[in-house]
Amino acid sequence: MTSIEIVKTERQKRLRRNIAVISVLAVLVVTLCALMLSLGGVIYPIDVIIRVLSNEQIEGATFAIGSLRLPRMLAGVLVGAAFGISGAVFQSMLRNPLASPDIIGVSSGASAAAVACILVFNLSGAAISAVAVVAGVATAALIYALSRGGSFSGGRLILVGIGVGAMLNSVISYLLLRASQYDVPGAMRWLSGSLNGIRKEELAPLVIAMVVLCPTLLCLESRLKIIELGDHKAAALGVRSDRTRLLLVLCAVGLVAFATAVTGPVAFVAFLSGPIAKRMTGDGSPSLLASALTGAALTLGADLLGQFAFNTKFPVGVITGIIGAPYLLFLLVKINRSGGSV
Amino acid sequence: MSNTPITTSKRGKLKRQSLAVVFCVIALLLGVSASLALGSRQISLDDVIGGLIHDVPENLGETIAQKRIPRTVFGILAGAALGMSGALMQAITRNPLADPGILGVNTGAALFVVVGIAFLGISAPAQYILLALLGSSVSAVFVYAIGSIGGKGATPVKLALAGSATGAALSSLVSAVMLPRAAVMDAFRFWQVGGIGGATWESMRAIIPFLVVGVIVGIFSSPSLNALALGDDVATGLGVRTGRARILGAAAGVMLCGATTALAGPIAFVGLMVPHVIRLAVGVDQRWIIPLSAIGGAVVLLFSDVIGRLLGSPGELEAGIVTAFIGAPTLIAVAARSKAREI
Repeated sequence: MTSIEIVKTERQKRLRRNIAVISVLAVLVVTLCALMLSLGGVIYPIDVIIRVLSNEQIEGATFAIGSLRLPRMLAGVLVGAAFGISGAVFQSMLRNPLASPDIIGVSSGASAAAVACILVFNLSGAAISAVAVVAGVATAALIYALSRGGSFSGGRLILVGIGVGAMLNSVISYLLLRASQYDVPGAMRWLSGSLNGIRKEELAPLVIAMVVLCPTLLCLESRLKIIELGDHKAAALGVRSDRTRLLLVLCAVGLVAFATAVTGPVAFVAFLSGPIAKRMTGDGSPSLLASALTGAALTLGADLLGQFAFNTKFPVGVITGIIGAPYLLFLLVKINRSGGSV
Repeated sequence: MSNTPITTSKRGKLKRQSLAVVFCVIALLLGVSASLALGSRQISLDDVIGGLIHDVPENLGETIAQKRIPRTVFGILAGAALGMSGALMQAITRNPLADPGILGVNTGAALFVVVGIAFLGISAPAQYILLALLGSSVSAVFVYAIGSIGGKGATPVKLALAGSATGAALSSLVSAVMLPRAAVMDAFRFWQVGGIGGATWESMRAIIPFLVVGVIVGIFSSPSLNALALGDDVATGLGVRTGRARILGAAAGVMLCGATTALAGPIAFVGLMVPHVIRLAVGVDQRWIIPLSAIGGAVVLLFSDVIGRLLGSPGELEAGIVTAFIGAPTLIAVAARSKAREI
């Protein structure tokens, strides 16, 4: 066997494994979606769900599924996928599995802006999304600009991000303190990450963003993998790393911000999806599609747990936080032990 | 006169150091008077002095000044403890970002306190303080241990990521314990404010032993920390027991910030920013940095508290929020100035 053939078979093997993982994840997500629609105060069998979804009017079920559970499920899928994919982009771009947007402060820009919109300017709906997106992108740009000094360094960007995140969190606390008691619960949703009471109309901006940004990111995936090799090698391979990086950051931050505007920052989904997907595909770099599906599955699964597993209903962000904690620690130890690029 | 340059540079340094001390003390006096005079109601300096002199207040202004005395005293204590603990931790870890907030001390203490309220039914201040101390020590050791696994030891990025990730994980646990228990949430709220407004003489008395021990150990370990800065081999050669010096310094640092956090709640970034500023002024000698960081910390916390009172009026903004806002730029500046290799 020539070496080209070896590479070829290896590649095919990897492709096959990728496809297998992605199909398994897709089936898992669909199952979780069905559970989201079926479980609740009244448990509906699958045929009722299908009849409701095909626009049949059934007393009780049409309202419960169509207006309550369907938006919740859609929000879970979309937000999870958005966080998953953008987390994976950040992690591979910065070559550090810990550098997800929620840890390096990008999400806190969107949260701060959303909270300011609600509490100070009394905005609602699409306006909040728009402002959150602009603020998220601006925060990312600020972090990027502050960490430029000399050559690009992922480590510096992470530190600056943590600092900017801390400042923005103090702004959020200030806004919450100045707000009238009546507005605070609405704003709290942007801080804890919850799928409660989401209406279909609120999802429209996120859907549009995902339709535009996800394909763009998937197209950029091959270049992302080249950037991962380092700026010099990327340049040798004909990839302009600065320009590509900027495009990647814009798309990923856009997704984070739109998703944050809908549910608030759901802890750790962006952070966990990439490494979990990587583990399953066994590939050198995580597939973005697999990360997106993992994110969706995580969010749906955590929301189901939060709704039904305990006496109290926990918002999804608390559950993902608790599930994420041990994995995070495991990951920290593992990365540090292997030396990593940190 | 061959030794003239050395003598002059030494004298120049001493002059700078004494200037720094004078400046710190003046700033502290200003901070104290601002803390007594300013707030949702401004009172005149006469009333402040009157309130300090008279046992029984003679008018409204003097009453207000007297009401502000405990929080001012606690501001001095807490700020000094946090500043000194930051300086100690930075010296021991040889890491510019070692800070009680970054080492996860705050959330660790919060988790232990919440668990204590929820499952052990504790309610006395002394018990809170013990739990918070325990929680902060455990989380500080934990974060530092995780951050230092692997090659190159605890680099700033590894430490910061370990700290912020652990903090995020622990705060989810805090909300998970708290959300189903309205009573716990209520009891916890008084603690979580991250401010110095709630201090009473009684609760301060409970933490003072820890602070005194911490300060004494901290000051006495500063000469050996100077040697540690040269590297473990050189320090050993100079007759310093490196292991003991580290453990003593770390114990003092954790005790100081743990006791403060127990009473004040999470106050971040004082321990990070103060030693950096002090180091700019007096150079790298720990015997100056450590005590001066204590004074500097008190100044920063007092002014943060006053700013919080003025911005938040008629309510108030917790000092912890203000310190995060003015302290985080220090982190950014440290990151921006350091070379990629060092991070």
